[in-house]
Amino acid sequence: MLCENCGKRSATFHFTKIVNGEKTEMHLCDACARERGEALSFPGDAFSIHHLLSGLMPSVQTPGTARPPERLACPTCGMTYEEFVKKSRFGCSDCYDAFKEPLGPLLKRIHGVAEHGGKVPRRAEPKRAMRHRLQQLRQALKAKVAAEAFEEAARIRDEIRALEQALGETKAE
Amino acid sequence: MRIESFLERPLGPALLGTQPSGAVAVSSRIRLARNVRDLPFQARMTETAAAALLERVRRTLEHPPEGVAPLTFFALDDLTPLARRVLVEKHLISRELAESSPAAVVLSGDERVSLMVGEEDHFRLQVFAPGFDLKSAWALADRLDDWLEAHFEIAYDEAFGYKTSCPTNVGTGLRASVMLHLPGLVLTKQIGGILPAIHKVGLVVRGVYGEGSEAEGHLFQVSNQITLGPSEEEIIDNLRGVVEKLMEHEEKARRLLLDSMPVAIEDRVMRSLGILRYARTIDSKEAMNRLSDVRLGVALGLIHDVSREMIDALWVMTQPAFLQYTARENLSAERRDARRAEMIRRALRPAEPNA
Repeated sequence: MLCENCGKRSATFHFTKIVNGEKTEMHLCDACARERGEALSFPGDAFSIHHLLSGLMPSVQTPGTARPPERLACPTCGMTYEEFVKKSRFGCSDCYDAFKEPLGPLLKRIHGVAEHGGKVPRRAEPKRAMRHRLQQLRQALKAKVAAEAFEEAARIRDEIRALEQALGETKAE
Repeated sequence: MRIESFLERPLGPALLGTQPSGAVAVSSRIRLARNVRDLPFQARMTETAAAALLERVRRTLEHPPEGVAPLTFFALDDLTPLARRVLVEKHLISRELAESSPAAVVLSGDERVSLMVGEEDHFRLQVFAPGFDLKSAWALADRLDDWLEAHFEIAYDEAFGYKTSCPTNVGTGLRASVMLHLPGLVLTKQIGGILPAIHKVGLVVRGVYGEGSEAEGHLFQVSNQITLGPSEEEIIDNLRGVVEKLMEHEEKARRLLLDSMPVAIEDRVMRSLGILRYARTIDSKEAMNRLSDVRLGVALGLIHDVSREMIDALWVMTQPAFLQYTARENLSAERRDARRAEMIRRALRPAEPNA
């Protein structure tokens, strides 16, 4: 089969595009395909999980899904969960919090886990250290209460409150 | 530095190197995806906000990071479509960035670093290294990321890690990749069995030009798929382990070819060298595959008067946009094939016989 663009070289790229149920086929030689930018010819552009993404999303239309999250929307940028599924793209950094619930299972399907284990930006480090300290203090508090060392327990409780405030987490007691 | 300097040379100084690993591994790359916390992501980005981000980046460059060749800011809108395509062919920008506006790229003079601004993520930081060297590429990327973070509040969450536009990049935002030249595995027909095995260990392999075992020039890119969970070091170690195995297999396949069919292999690489030296017109696919043969011939010690670096440069020089750019005129497809043959001929001209 000859390339339908130049009509000279033989066609080595065969594309099928389906747009709104309408199927179009294209047969191009290598040179013309590359020129048209149709060839998946450079890294980062080839077919990958990227393109399968919306298939992995907990569907908004599937009946019988425990609680379809279609009404979820990001308060900051207004992106709905439905739009996110369609585009496979978040609208802003707050979308992560807005779609937190359905996001866990999705990330597990893509990455196998849903928890970051890599680099922590320097800015975030103090916060992380504070959280770690908070956990330690909470355990210490329990131990002191169990040992009926109430004076020390009160001191620890104050420290916990101060940390919680600094982290913007006020816990109802 | 002016953009022309980047467009006129096929390989930046940072990619020239004679590492032994270069016989199989052409180059290594680290890419980090980052976003600014209080700006909408690409899907919601306005033109004004994107333009403001570019301006902020430009100003930030007044306080450049240390230990990197001088960085230059280029707004994509100031570049011609042809210039953008050349940058894509050199992998300095992505095709997506080339089509984005407002967008920019910050390049280091040696082409080790490319920071794309306004791609799918606000920042896509790329660091390149010649041969098989993910370690130094990651070390530099990590440092540049610290610099970026000192000037921009980066979107990050303890549980999700770095928040990216697409959920496939979340966590580390890291894509580590190595470009491998695998003619041995292709010629011994082992590649078909190896590619699916690599997918199974969570890595992606693709042809750099063309797909699957049909990859032109027998060039493949191996990279990690998973970005969330493991640390950057673990991701890189995992990739490194698999790439090392692949390189071993490739070396073995090359030796097997040379031992079992020495005449056929020598004939193949010499024929290709002959065609490249004397052809008057050649299309991109044939050029890629002939160059692959010659690169193999150099690695096997069958060809002595051509350098590996020259082949790597020719791979870029014979791409359509690069040809067009250096020709300084609009080339038809036919003229382009002739021009390609001419460039290769000139680059591979045999040395004058000694008197």
